[in-house]
Amino acid sequence: MTAFLAMGGYGVFIWPAYGVSALALIAMVWQSWAAWRAAKKRLEDLERDRS
Amino acid sequence: MSGPFASLLVRDLRLAARSGGSAALALAFFALVATLVPLGVGADLKLLSRIAGGVLWVGAVLAALLSLDRLYQGDFDDGSLDLIALSPLSLEQVALAKLLAHWFSTGLPLTLLSPLLALLFGLSGEGTWALFLSLLIGTPAVSAVGAIGASLTLSLKRGGLILPLIILPLLAPAVIFGAGAVTAALDHLPNGALGLLSAFSLAAVLLSPFAAAACVRLNLAG
Amino acid sequence: MFRYANPAVFMRLSGVLLPWVSGAALIALAVGLYLGFHVPPDYQQGMTVTIMFVHVPAAIVAESAYGLIAIASLFSLVWRHPLADTAARAAAPLGAVFTALGLVTGSLWGRPMWGAYWVWDARLTSFLLLLFLYLGYIALWNAIEDEARAARAAAILALVGAINLPIIKFSVDWWNTLHQGESILSGQIASVFLWPLLTMALGYMLLFAALWMIRIRTEIVTRRARNLMQRAA
Repeated sequence: MTAFLAMGGYGVFIWPAYGVSALALIAMVWQSWAAWRAAKKRLEDLERDRS
Repeated sequence: MSGPFASLLVRDLRLAARSGGSAALALAFFALVATLVPLGVGADLKLLSRIAGGVLWVGAVLAALLSLDRLYQGDFDDGSLDLIALSPLSLEQVALAKLLAHWFSTGLPLTLLSPLLALLFGLSGEGTWALFLSLLIGTPAVSAVGAIGASLTLSLKRGGLILPLIILPLLAPAVIFGAGAVTAALDHLPNGALGLLSAFSLAAVLLSPFAAAACVRLNLAG
Repeated sequence: MFRYANPAVFMRLSGVLLPWVSGAALIALAVGLYLGFHVPPDYQQGMTVTIMFVHVPAAIVAESAYGLIAIASLFSLVWRHPLADTAARAAAPLGAVFTALGLVTGSLWGRPMWGAYWVWDARLTSFLLLLFLYLGYIALWNAIEDEARAARAAAILALVGAINLPIIKFSVDWWNTLHQGESILSGQIASVFLWPLLTMALGYMLLFAALWMIRIRTEIVTRRARNLMQRAA
């Protein structure tokens, strides 16, 4: 396990690279999804109020 | 040059000369940059002469930026731009005239001052000549790309802040080739920088009026 | 093709495609990660070659996104395609994030190779300039109040940037050879590294496509809500 983490001594570069990539991708998914949900809800509320 | 074109050019030049001397401001800024960098970097002339090309090129680009946001703004604000649009000149010709006026009142003076500032950096004679030529050839590109940015940010209240952000990345080739010409002279290794710079400038000056005119049309229609 | 110009049609179409594209993205990423970590150490770079599997895909998406924005801008200006502006605007923040990601991963890749967190490598330098192009584009959209005018100005900027981008890359390459800079990515890639790379690249592109669709849908819904509010007022 420690060998896997160490990655031949380069772990300190490899894991942050994967970490920041995961962080960025997850953040984009989260933000896009949350914005969609909020907009959808707002539209539904407005349509409900009209009817 | 047809009559209306020449008269627009002359008018813009007169305005530039009058409005608080934008040329003087650009020259002062240029000289200040050339003064501050050695203060920051140290007085070693060997080092300074090596970085002179890059520093002075960046300084010239930034100095030329100063008067750009007023390229169209003044005429837009007081309605002159609408009148100019009605003249027999096409908006592309207007854009070209304004581009040339900007270069005459900013880029050209900066070029003429550069040998003096090169002295502050201990740049050799060949280096200074290369710097002068590169600025002469390259500053029209700065005015051209700058004019596009000015027309894009027309009518923005704080357009002046976005203008550098938009056009500085686009001017990277000019800085690279311009400073590269100085490096070529210093290393006595021809690298084609001036040729590449000429191509870039030519393309920029030819294309800029079309982009700028499109933007002006956009803002006048609204 | 202008059938898809109708927002309602786009909503229906994207609603059907979205689950598939998202699913495919997840699978590609999972497979890519698995392949990536079962790769033998490169004789030159050791295991840092695995950083390539997150750096290059990000780079590919970053550059493609700008190309897509340029194409959308062309549709907006020339053919007045109604969804084109929305599509362009939606892609920009994604492109900017992928560009930043490319810079960070590139930096982490460069550190073990060249001992510095930043090297003025031609690709990284072009990337930095691309990031500024994205930021300027986004700033222009946000600065102009009138949406229609902002759309057209942004479209012009995107096209100018797209024309200039190859010139910028050429000039940076030229500059790099002049100053004998280092190169992070050079030469061919051994085939054992190619599969994880391609799979991850596919995953990244599918993920971008999914996120892009979500953001365009969000904009369409937001606009509908705004219209409803204006009618009620």
